[in-house]
Amino acid sequence: MLENNGTSFLKSLLNAWSWLFLILILGFFELYAQLETGNTFLFRVYTLQSIAVAASQILLLALGLTLVIVAGHIDLSIAFTTGFSAVVMALVIRFFGPEGGWLTVILALGVGLLAAIVVGLVNGWLVAFINVPSFIGTLGTYGVARGVALIVAGGATVSIRSDEAREIGNGIILGIPIPVLVAAVLAIAFSYLLTHTKFGVHTYALGANRASVERAGVDVKKHLVILFVLSALTAGIGGLIYTGRFSAGAANAGEPILLYAVAAVFIGGASLTGGQGTVVGTVIGAIIIAVIQFGLVFSGLPPYWQFVAVGLVIIVAVVVDQSRDRLTGVSS
Amino acid sequence: MTALLSAKGLKKRFGGNEAVKDVTFDVNEGECVVLAGDNGAGKSTVIKMISGVYTPTEGEVHFDGGRLTGKSAEAIRTAGIETIYQDLALADNLDPGLNLYLGREKTNRFLGLPFLAREEMRRDAVDVLQSLGIVVPDPTAPVREMSGGQRQAIAIARAIHWQAKLVIMDEPTAALGVPEQREVMALIERMKSKGVGIILISHNLPDIFAAADRIIVLARGVVAGERRPSETNDEEIVRMMMGATL
Repeated sequence: MLENNGTSFLKSLLNAWSWLFLILILGFFELYAQLETGNTFLFRVYTLQSIAVAASQILLLALGLTLVIVAGHIDLSIAFTTGFSAVVMALVIRFFGPEGGWLTVILALGVGLLAAIVVGLVNGWLVAFINVPSFIGTLGTYGVARGVALIVAGGATVSIRSDEAREIGNGIILGIPIPVLVAAVLAIAFSYLLTHTKFGVHTYALGANRASVERAGVDVKKHLVILFVLSALTAGIGGLIYTGRFSAGAANAGEPILLYAVAAVFIGGASLTGGQGTVVGTVIGAIIIAVIQFGLVFSGLPPYWQFVAVGLVIIVAVVVDQSRDRLTGVSS
Repeated sequence: MTALLSAKGLKKRFGGNEAVKDVTFDVNEGECVVLAGDNGAGKSTVIKMISGVYTPTEGEVHFDGGRLTGKSAEAIRTAGIETIYQDLALADNLDPGLNLYLGREKTNRFLGLPFLAREEMRRDAVDVLQSLGIVVPDPTAPVREMSGGQRQAIAIARAIHWQAKLVIMDEPTAALGVPEQREVMALIERMKSKGVGIILISHNLPDIFAAADRIIVLARGVVAGERRPSETNDEEIVRMMMGATL
């Protein structure tokens, strides 16, 4: 009985490790700041806003990806879906010129999203109907989306002049930057979808055992297509916000974030074999990475250290995942 | 008394190969019929013709007063025949309640949005499992944390909960240890007492004698003989399985 209690304590510790880790690194950077500069690191609006914006960038790529990974698949194309949407939005705004106002921007947002949905549909079709493994299929669309984005952008960054678009990327409502607001609303929506709806249960079941949902009469092919479209959609929204923030659409807008997005999902408790992971976990994962990014810059280390740090955290996340599986009796 | 299920003159040909040549048998309410036979005797092909995965080349299946032959697997399931495969088709990461309701989940509305009624589904699962004599220690835990016998019970609970009148079980004890095999045998008894007809596929003699009301031995695609367990013994069944007809 005592041993049993010990195991379940360890289990809950492992389940909560990402929270603990977040508190740990926040504590570390705060301590560092107090000792080195005598000032606070965490309790400043600038710090909080910077971390929140960085985290929301990662999150926009990671939200849809979380669902795909829970279903036992992967979507590598999201980085270039982001770039594709960003470029398409910028081109539409440039086509109509800065006089277009909100109407142009809204149209550009719509077309940009459509571009993302097309990538998602292709991914879904490849995986669900052609039975291409998602790793290979989305690696292919990664290349295609990247190429198409570069071609339509003429190989360059498409800069725009639009106050309305800039407002979307940089505006602040009630002290909260709009990108953060968008990511928060989407995070709540996706969390609801995954934990409280039939669609969510079927996503978990699909990740654990495809036969279980198939024999239960669920249209698995349709389900997979919807998952890949959702993944492309959040990545596309990430691209639209990018264009707003920097007043430019770049084909490689999402490239540096792909690793972080994948890392956020796994730090958040997802497993490569599928069937596990939560949106809340992914949010924590994204915040952890943003804190590492910002904290390292704050402490004056060369920014390249963030790649090393995030890489190490991914490895820790996988080790934790495996020890948790051993404790809950899942055979590797 | 008319039988719950009757299969008449079933034949299945795959190309030039006749997997099942001529199989006729009945299953009554609350009765467990064991289809026994060596590998390749045609057991799996027979149950797939009943569950609608295959259409018979000849012959037909009647169930509960209607003709089943030619209907889709989905329609046959709705008519009340549930097949429990060896792999159980459970979602290991979900709790028993969600497994019971998978594909037909209950939801409540809150602020106009549907929310899964997890607690309610869990309670129903506990109730159905209790009626099968299974107590789940922690109904919130995923089913991967449960024993082989309990997992089998969840698959059976799913069949019973959705009003199956006939349950087909394909080698249910194959992957289980001895205590769990006993649990499954007890589950079969409880299903029978609920009036559910059972077709059990097995080539394990102790299981066959423990569970069967009637044993139908298949050999090379035909019925080699039909016996009640009290009228026969291991040796005779084995001899029939090996192909010595009647």
